[in-house]
Amino acid sequence: MVSATPTRDEVWGWLGEVADPELPALSIVDLGIVREVKIGPGVTVALSPTYSGCPATEVIERDVVEALARHGVAEVAIERRLSPPWTSEWISAEGREKLRHHGIAPPERTIACPRCGSGNAVRVSEFGSTACKASYRCGDCSEPFEYFKCI
Amino acid sequence: MNRDEALLAYVSRLGDNALVIGQRMIELVAGCPELEEELANANCALDYIGQARMFYTYAAELEGAGRDEDDFAFLRAEHEFRNLLLLELPNGHFGDSIARLVLYEAFYRLHLEALAECADERLAAIAARAVKEVRYHLRHNAEWLLRLGDGTDESHRRVQASIDGLWRFTGELFADDEVDRTVAAEFGGPDLAAIAVRWKAEVAALLEQATLTSPRDEGMVSGGKAGRHTEHLGYLLAEMQFLQRSYPGAEW
Repeated sequence: MVSATPTRDEVWGWLGEVADPELPALSIVDLGIVREVKIGPGVTVALSPTYSGCPATEVIERDVVEALARHGVAEVAIERRLSPPWTSEWISAEGREKLRHHGIAPPERTIACPRCGSGNAVRVSEFGSTACKASYRCGDCSEPFEYFKCI
Repeated sequence: MNRDEALLAYVSRLGDNALVIGQRMIELVAGCPELEEELANANCALDYIGQARMFYTYAAELEGAGRDEDDFAFLRAEHEFRNLLLLELPNGHFGDSIARLVLYEAFYRLHLEALAECADERLAAIAARAVKEVRYHLRHNAEWLLRLGDGTDESHRRVQASIDGLWRFTGELFADDEVDRTVAAEFGGPDLAAIAVRWKAEVAALLEQATLTSPRDEGMVSGGKAGRHTEHLGYLLAEMQFLQRSYPGAEW
C-alpha cells in the first residue's frame, strides 16, 4: 500500500488501466470519459457518462474507486460531470486504433470496414448491441461490423 | 408559487414524462416487429430511463426532503405524476407507437434545445446531454413514419388513423401553466408558444413527406400536467411499482 499522496500523472496512469465494461479493449481514458483529476484532500475524479441511460455508468464509478484503492488511495470522490456533454470526439487516437483493431469502426464521418478497409459500408441498423454502436456490413468483403456512432 | 417551487415541479414533471414513455417502450421489449427494431426500441427506452433518473435525482436534491430518484419513481401515486397524457396512452399497434413517438419527440427535441439555454445550470446540462439522444430517436422514428405512411395502402390507412387518434392529445404539449410560466420568467425556460409554431411546421412537413394528412385541432384534451390522468396510467404504475409496493425497500 502506498500512503503518500499520489501525483495527478500517477492517477491518470492508473485510470488508464480501468477498462470500459462494455468495450473492455478500451480504457475509460481512451474513451474520454475521465474529464479531470483533482488531488488533495483525497482524489477527485470527474467522469462524464456517454449516454443518459448507459448501464455502465455505475460500474465505471465503482471500478475507479476500486482501482485507486488498489494503489493505496482510500479517499476517492467521483464527480459526475454532465456539462459539456460527452462527445465521441473525445475518444483518443489510441482509442480509435484499438476500436479498429477489435473490429469496430471508430466514430468518423467516413466509415471504413475494420477488416478490409473498404469504404463501401452498408448500414444494417442505426442501433447495435449497446447504445453507442450501430450495425454495419461491408459491401466488399461482406463482414458484418459495428460502428461507434458519432454523438 | 415561488421560483424554487416552480423549478422543483418543472424538473419532477420532466422526470415523469421520461419515465412514463420509457416504461411504455419497455413494454414493447421482445415484441417489436424485427430484430433491428428490437435493438432500437430497447436502446431508446434506456435513454429515457437514464434521463428520468437525472431529472428525479435533481428534483430530490431541490426538494431536500431526503427522498431519492426511486422514491419519485416507485412511491408516488397517479395524481402525483404530472406527465403528459399523450405519453401514458397504451402502445396500441406498432404504427400507433411510432406515431406517438414522432409527435412527442418532435416537441421534446425543441423543448430540450430551449432548456439547454436556460439559466439553471444543472437543468441546462441535463437537457444538453439528453437532446443528443432525442435527435437520434426522432430521426429513426421519422423514418418509420415515412415507411408506414408511404408504404402499402394498409400501412398508410392504419398510421393515418394513429395520427388522427393521437392528435387531440398534442394540445397539452403547448398548454402552459403557472409552473411553465414561472420557469420561463425566472430561469429563461422554454417559450411553449414559440415551440408550438416550430412543432406545427416540422410535424406538417414530416406528415406530408409520409403522404399523411395533418388533422384539425379539434376536441383537444389535457390534464396530465395537473395530475388528472386517463385510466391507463394507473395500470402502468401498478405494474412498474409492484415490487417496491409489495416489498418496500427491496434492493437487488
